[in-house]
Amino acid sequence: MSKKDENRGILVKMLVVTVVMFGFGYALVPLYKKICEVTGVNEVERANALPLNTQVDSTRVVTLELDANVRSDLPWKFRPLQSSVKVHPGQLVQVMYEVRNASDRPITGQAIPSYGPQVAGQFFRKQECFCFAKQTFAPGEVRQMPVVFVIDAGLPKDVTTITLSYTFFNVEGAAPTAAKPADGKAG
Amino acid sequence: MSAVIGHEHDHDHDHAHGHEYHPGGLMRWVKTTNHKDIGTMYLWFSFVMFLTGGFMAMVIRAELFKPGMQIVNPEVFNQMTTLHGLIMVFGAIMPAFVGFANWLIPMQIGAPDMAFPRMNNWSFWLLPPAALLLIISLFVPGGAPGVGWTLYAPLTVQQGMGMDLTIFAVHILGMSSIMGSINIVTTILNLRAPGMTLMKMPLFVWTWLITAYLLIAVMPVFAGAVTMTLTDRHFGTHFFNAAGGGDPVLYQHIFWFFGHPEVYIIAIPAFGVVSQVIPAFSRKPLFGYTSMVYAVASIAILSFLVWAHHMYTTGLPVTAQLYYMYATMLIAVPTGVKVFNWVATMWKGSLTFETPMLFSLGFLFLFTIGGFSGLVLSIVPVDIQLQDTYYVVAHFHYVMVAGALFSAFAGIYFWLPKWTGHMYDETLGKVHFWLSFIFFNMIFFVQHFLGLAGMPRRVPDYAPQFTDFNMISSIGAFGFGLSQLLFLYVVIKTIRSHEPAPQKPWEGADSLEWTHLPTPAPYHSFVTPPTVK
Repeated sequence: MSKKDENRGILVKMLVVTVVMFGFGYALVPLYKKICEVTGVNEVERANALPLNTQVDSTRVVTLELDANVRSDLPWKFRPLQSSVKVHPGQLVQVMYEVRNASDRPITGQAIPSYGPQVAGQFFRKQECFCFAKQTFAPGEVRQMPVVFVIDAGLPKDVTTITLSYTFFNVEGAAPTAAKPADGKAG
Repeated sequence: MSAVIGHEHDHDHDHAHGHEYHPGGLMRWVKTTNHKDIGTMYLWFSFVMFLTGGFMAMVIRAELFKPGMQIVNPEVFNQMTTLHGLIMVFGAIMPAFVGFANWLIPMQIGAPDMAFPRMNNWSFWLLPPAALLLIISLFVPGGAPGVGWTLYAPLTVQQGMGMDLTIFAVHILGMSSIMGSINIVTTILNLRAPGMTLMKMPLFVWTWLITAYLLIAVMPVFAGAVTMTLTDRHFGTHFFNAAGGGDPVLYQHIFWFFGHPEVYIIAIPAFGVVSQVIPAFSRKPLFGYTSMVYAVASIAILSFLVWAHHMYTTGLPVTAQLYYMYATMLIAVPTGVKVFNWVATMWKGSLTFETPMLFSLGFLFLFTIGGFSGLVLSIVPVDIQLQDTYYVVAHFHYVMVAGALFSAFAGIYFWLPKWTGHMYDETLGKVHFWLSFIFFNMIFFVQHFLGLAGMPRRVPDYAPQFTDFNMISSIGAFGFGLSQLLFLYVVIKTIRSHEPAPQKPWEGADSLEWTHLPTPAPYHSFVTPPTVK
């Protein structure tokens, strides 16, 4: 009789294993999805999402230090939002500057860039810059303005740090330029 | 079938069990709960299926005798390859070894019968309906599935109703296997005679214990896979349909999680039979018994960890390919342990070469070749070249036919005297072996060359440069098929013979059925358990 009970015990255990393994077959479905997701096996789904820029030289890192100055006759506060960034030559980078007109009258100014070392200037390719045009600020206006640029991969190897410095000049009373934005927004 | 009943008169000696009711005629076989009756039915069933699947192989080889389309259209050709595979794996080889298990496990561990005799009856009687479903599928609209025995999605979703019959057949076969396995595990764990510790069990019993665990673990997974196919076909699920967010590669993962252990489910009992036969004809105990047990267990565990080596070309990440490659190669280590142990068993033994020994040596020699071609296929860059070519066909027939089938022949010749009470015709047995051995190599050895030259498998036509090797292969196949009719003749002749066999016809055999039981084995054996020292 106890033999029969023992037999029944094994029977029940084995039936449990059978049911669990049947469930395991189904558990493989979400498990498979998760593994594909984590390892990115089914990459066909995002083949077009991120085209890799082969122009970027990821073996080099250049430190870009940002500097901002205002001529004394211009009552503006001018500063970069980040003091330095690390960039790869060939990489498209955006940095932000902020200007505040501290006076109670509208003023127009224009920024002039300079580079240190000077040789870096010819490899510094700006796509977008507030310095391309005159900027007019209403009294007390604050505005953040971007610079979008690529450092050319041809930058000499010994240049590892570039200083980008802008100086705003007061251009009040000067002849308006063609590029002057109508509503004062940076172009 | 009544020709099988070699020991019906034994009933009369069993008055001690007069309370048991033994119906005669057909109902004896329908209602029997006796492990020997059920074992006999399993063996005959598997032989009928072997001839059925073999006939399909003949159709395949006849079509491939020369290039161009001759005998069947491509749809029928695909149905033949599919059913040949399914019937041989699930109808012929697996039931054959379950037949051995039924006959031998109770006798070898000193048990009166299997632990659940009624369930045992059920396990067997589920098989004929499943086989019928597979055969009927040939005659329904659309015919049998032409998808290959692996039943890969998405093709399975597009087949006719023959596919549904096949799915149900697989469900039934799975249930039968699981019930049989539970019975075997329970019998081995609970019904051993006093003194028969696990590490004293004959190796055949050990291999079946491990195989039964494998079956219980993976058959339900396969049942799940075909159930998903079924619901994809009829109930709007999208497990394998990419348009609905599913993935056909997922099917392959689930299938091979079952499919690779399945390979060892077929091979491991074959190891067990050979491990009984070789020591008997070497007149030495098996070399390295303990290491044999551990090797089988390691193979079983590793078999769960290598499934994706069947899927190198599905776009696996390189890391996964490397893992599966190395893990697969690792299986060669325990397998090598087994081969070396069999060789060491023969070393300095007093060898004789009766038919069971010949088939065991054929097994050893050809299975090792199949193992080596498997090792070749485990190498990712090589496999990408050879995937789905005749090299793969040659490889798995070396392990399935020359491995499992030859071992089953060895076992049948070995135990036939114990089962029937009569000695088989040794000369005819040897003729059967040599015909099988030569024709087998004629079929499959040349297929290595066909595969290396790039002939794809499962295609009814081929380029003319493959003609010569295909003709050799087809002639070998016809010869091999006919040789098996000789085997049938030998078995029937043995059953009808009047020459009694001795209790222990093999000098070196030492398990309980030889040492403790008369020949033929009585209908009820070990009603009082023997004591094993």
